[in-house]
Amino acid sequence: MRKLPLNSPAPAHSARGLAGHSVKHDSAWKHVSGQARYIDDMPTPEGILHAAVGHSEQAHARVISMDLDAVRQYPGVVAVITAKDVPGHLDIGPVFPGDLVLADDTVECIGQPIFAVAATTHEAARKAAKLAKVEYEILEAVVTVTQALNEELFVRPSQTQQRGQPDQALAQAPNRLSGEQFVGGQEHFYLEGQASLAEPTEDRGMFVHTSSQHPSEVQKLVAEVLGLPIHEVHAEVRRMGGGFGGKETQAAPVACIAALLANATNRPVKYRLSRPDDMIQTGKRHDFYNTYDIGFDDNGLILGADLMVAGRCGNSPDLSDAIVDRAMFHADNAYYLDQARVTGHRCKTHTVSNTAFRGFGGPQGMMIIEHAMDDIARHLGQDPLDIRKLNLYRPGRDTTHYDQTIEQHVLPQLLNKLETSSDYRQRRSDITAFNQSSPILKRGLALTPVKFGISFTAKHLNQAGALVNIYTDGSIEVNHGGTEMGQGLYIKIAQVVASAFQVDIERVKVSATRTDKVPNTSPTAASSGSDLNGMAALDACEKIMAGLTEFAASHWSAAQEDVTFTDNQVQINDLTIPWAKFVQTAYMNRVPLSSSGFYATPKIHYDPKTGTGHPFLYYSNCAACSEVVVDTLTGEYRVMRTDILFDAGRSLNPEIDIGQIEGGFVQGMGWLTTEELVYSDAGKLLTTGPATYKIPAVSDCPPDLRVALLENSPNREATVFHSKAVGEPPLMLGISVWSALRDAVSSITDYRFSPALDTPATPERVLTAVTASQAWHNRQKETA
Amino acid sequence: MIEFLMNGQIEKLDHIDPNLSILEWLRTKMRLTGTKEGCASGDCGACTVITGTPDESGAMSYQAINSCITLMASLHGKELITIEAFQQEPGHPVQSNMVKHHGAQCGFCTPGIVMSLTALHANRKKGGTSNDQILEALSGNLCRCTGYRPIIEASHQAMVEEWQPESGHPAAGIAHKAPASSLTGMHKNSYTLSSPEGCRYDSPVNLDQLRALRREAPASRLVAGGTDLMLEITQQLSTLGHLISVERIPELQGCVLDGSELVIGAATTYQQLRTPLSEHWPAFDAMLERLGSLQIRNRGTLGGNIANASPIGDMPPPLIALGATLVLDGPDGERRLPLDEFFQGYKQTSLQPGEFVHSVRVPVPSANEALYIHKVSKRLDDDISAVLGAFRLTIDKGVVLACRLAFGGMAAVPARALHAEAALTGQPWNEESVQAAITALTSDFSPLSDARASSGYRLQVAGNLLRRTLLASTSLYGEQLMVTDYA
Repeated sequence: MRKLPLNSPAPAHSARGLAGHSVKHDSAWKHVSGQARYIDDMPTPEGILHAAVGHSEQAHARVISMDLDAVRQYPGVVAVITAKDVPGHLDIGPVFPGDLVLADDTVECIGQPIFAVAATTHEAARKAAKLAKVEYEILEAVVTVTQALNEELFVRPSQTQQRGQPDQALAQAPNRLSGEQFVGGQEHFYLEGQASLAEPTEDRGMFVHTSSQHPSEVQKLVAEVLGLPIHEVHAEVRRMGGGFGGKETQAAPVACIAALLANATNRPVKYRLSRPDDMIQTGKRHDFYNTYDIGFDDNGLILGADLMVAGRCGNSPDLSDAIVDRAMFHADNAYYLDQARVTGHRCKTHTVSNTAFRGFGGPQGMMIIEHAMDDIARHLGQDPLDIRKLNLYRPGRDTTHYDQTIEQHVLPQLLNKLETSSDYRQRRSDITAFNQSSPILKRGLALTPVKFGISFTAKHLNQAGALVNIYTDGSIEVNHGGTEMGQGLYIKIAQVVASAFQVDIERVKVSATRTDKVPNTSPTAASSGSDLNGMAALDACEKIMAGLTEFAASHWSAAQEDVTFTDNQVQINDLTIPWAKFVQTAYMNRVPLSSSGFYATPKIHYDPKTGTGHPFLYYSNCAACSEVVVDTLTGEYRVMRTDILFDAGRSLNPEIDIGQIEGGFVQGMGWLTTEELVYSDAGKLLTTGPATYKIPAVSDCPPDLRVALLENSPNREATVFHSKAVGEPPLMLGISVWSALRDAVSSITDYRFSPALDTPATPERVLTAVTASQAWHNRQKETA
Repeated sequence: MIEFLMNGQIEKLDHIDPNLSILEWLRTKMRLTGTKEGCASGDCGACTVITGTPDESGAMSYQAINSCITLMASLHGKELITIEAFQQEPGHPVQSNMVKHHGAQCGFCTPGIVMSLTALHANRKKGGTSNDQILEALSGNLCRCTGYRPIIEASHQAMVEEWQPESGHPAAGIAHKAPASSLTGMHKNSYTLSSPEGCRYDSPVNLDQLRALRREAPASRLVAGGTDLMLEITQQLSTLGHLISVERIPELQGCVLDGSELVIGAATTYQQLRTPLSEHWPAFDAMLERLGSLQIRNRGTLGGNIANASPIGDMPPPLIALGATLVLDGPDGERRLPLDEFFQGYKQTSLQPGEFVHSVRVPVPSANEALYIHKVSKRLDDDISAVLGAFRLTIDKGVVLACRLAFGGMAAVPARALHAEAALTGQPWNEESVQAAITALTSDFSPLSDARASSGYRLQVAGNLLRRTLLASTSLYGEQLMVTDYA
């Protein structure tokens, strides 16, 4: 069930599909008819070879010898390369060094590629890659986040953000609680695995088709491993079969290996990972170990907090510095912590290097404060919603622990609305009554908010470019730096362009993202796709419009103010000229019909030395209320109903946004419930496919799912048509499910005990919480 | 040679690698790339296609299957329908509604979803399609983008719309299910495929042929659905030398009542046995709804599940609890064996060289007997059990006259809990006796810890399943007992 606000009442006559309308995804028909092409679906060029890699079977070891004879001799094998065969840079770390395209003498995780094979078939390459004989000298491996924390083994220095005197506030607080939690990682499980197709060009350069959220980085790194200037390499991304952060940096090694083999053989090479290889070799969401120490008054108002978040980064920095930063920025979630310290550690382990995943550390940071909110409520015998509402940022209590002032206070009213629309209070009392009469099944309810900072915290990434071309039939092509991974970015940008010129959406086509059309782009990440690229496209449109307006005014002898673009026409005083005709006239009069556009996000800055600044242009806000039912005999559970209220500002495309919200919520729910990454003590991933790693399936979708967009809430910042970002924030609405599970289990103790519930809260962990709660309850009865 | 109907055209293939999956053939040989590979293990559904199989009269029945774990060799005499049959707008109601309801985001899982729903549309009954039927049809299709709500909504709308393809539409067959004249008689002929590398695939059509083949090649592997066997090819990259399919042998198909026993042919699929078996033992119905996905249940067979001898197969525990008997056939004729004596160790059975599972004889209930089956897994849909408990209880006047308690996931083989059975037998059916049985379980099992569950959880849950059974049998809490029943 969905409720759509009428954001922009359309004039009586207007072009079709402008911003604010729920236009269908531009590839919708191609999707449903199997005609949308992904990398592995592209027509194969003449002489194509297929790649596979051999990877380390040890978490930490020195490679003593590598016998690749059997690999080379396998029928169909054309080339085998190792680190020694890389003509350019070996290190392809995206921000800091540490990621080798092929390991040299030391391996630092199971799954690290050590050699690559090109063969005439995919099957031959994979079978050959299994035939290597590698001898290792085993070194001590650190596998878990707590091991690394104890040994102070970090990939980057630890950071602290502090405001005021938290130690003093904690010491003086009338109430004080502390706790710890383990928050599990998450496999992206994009349905299309990593894939790349590299074709040598005539100048020994490379053209790379890649399933990447960051084509510019693919371009740069391929150039670097080949030892070429960047302009010899180009990357194109038409679409991805899902990304979720997993193709921000992780697509580049795949492209680099394809390019290295293509360069070595001077033939096109396709490299796509099988599902187990993808799960073993590529990074995932960081798992975290978090602690809190919080002081609060008798009403539950937080007076001081000391929070620690420690992420398992794996064997290299990758993006972990920024990811743990974002965990720190979100350790407050939506709450004013008053006197506060937040410490973040980037733990190094001999496991795959963890990476971006929708939310980028933010979700893991939020988990600790939401854990504390429930604990405070149980301690005081209050409803957790009341404690959450009490501590929300509001005027006067509006400065974060990193000194950014919250300027748009959306959440207090948003929470009130959701509390009413979800019938929270009545259901709370119904559920409490139900639980008293139901010894086996217990129901739980939780309403949790999300406040998520919008902007890359690496300031330089907050820029975007676009290219808009109008052709002489009036058709328009737009190209921009953003990539399409299913989120509907292309259609939103097309809507922006159609709105700029006031023409039907059918006239606008978004072409595949290419590094030679728009250069030096940022990754499509941090929920920034439409904010950044929409503004860049709009800038390009406005430049063209300025020229067209000036032309129209002079050509038809009118004032520029009298030239208006409306409903597929240009109006010049009483003269109405159809769009295509107008464009042709402009062309004949030598007026530019093409322009690039550019955007750089204003207002943002952050100083990591002091841990203060204004890293975010604005915050995205939303909340979810989830109800669960738990079986106290097995720990099995179901989510029965979820209500979501989301502030998308003035939505560019309400249905597309709702798709992001629902999908993000279910993905967040999966992260916190059934999606369990299991490693052996030796650091080997045991859950390497969908048979053991369980993402939500159709029956996990709450049977009653109600999503609404907050009405009349335009972004007060000058974003594209005053919309707000929507990509990542809904993932964190999944926290409502986790909190509801704790609530259900806590009912065993009449809501007086707040059981630990590490995530993912599999039925097994829920049953552990049930058993702990029953034991607590029995102890109380005995002492009473 | 094999011959089959594909998207309305007859395909004749003289040489086909016996190890080749339908998906590989479509994508690499035909370059029909609408069907996607998401996992190559039958767990994600991106590769879903529809196959039509003629019955004795030639009338076609259509099922969604995973093309990644189904052999090309099995297609002889069948119809194969892929997403490429639906590339003309406006398309099938499933497609138009998926578009209308924003049911696709990245689009990669979408062709598989369209195939699953198109099969449901073709098989839907008059009188409407329930939400449960829609969820069941989609249980084997993972989507990582949408969270499923728009897909479910699109499904409901599509199921109330008719689809009337023009004659000549590449998938017109599924609209009327009439016999395909081009396939007539093909299902009656046995065939053999072989590859230059020495691989072989035999598809016998009667028991004598199967016996002879098994006698000649006792090391051959039987394909009885192949939903697990195929993983050796797609995941371990093994080459299977000699495969014999039991799919087209009528004697191994179907369910018949023989006195007080229901006899189920070993090659009967889960989907085919679900209704007949559940009529006698209703507990199977809910369990079978959660065994694999619909795509798996359309291919996987009872004999395959048993002879595969996995410790976590879902059919053996309840059949052991019921005291089912296996009928084995082979070079030395037929013999019968209680099912619980069949499993010798992890993936080890008592099958002698050349032997095969012919059928399973399942006793029907007598007075005061009840069967309870409890499947526990991380996820409700399409997940392998952490623990499966199956309990047959004969209770009269509150006393347990007899019981058989069988578990999967608790040991290297599906096994009875003999100590727990002893603790219950002859005792009043109450909390104390159940507690004694739970205590005894620790003498029966010391389960493993693995990616699905820890040893401790398995043991605790196994005991609690007995507790749940007591509560269920006393009907105290009705629908307040299991989350799957709770509404």
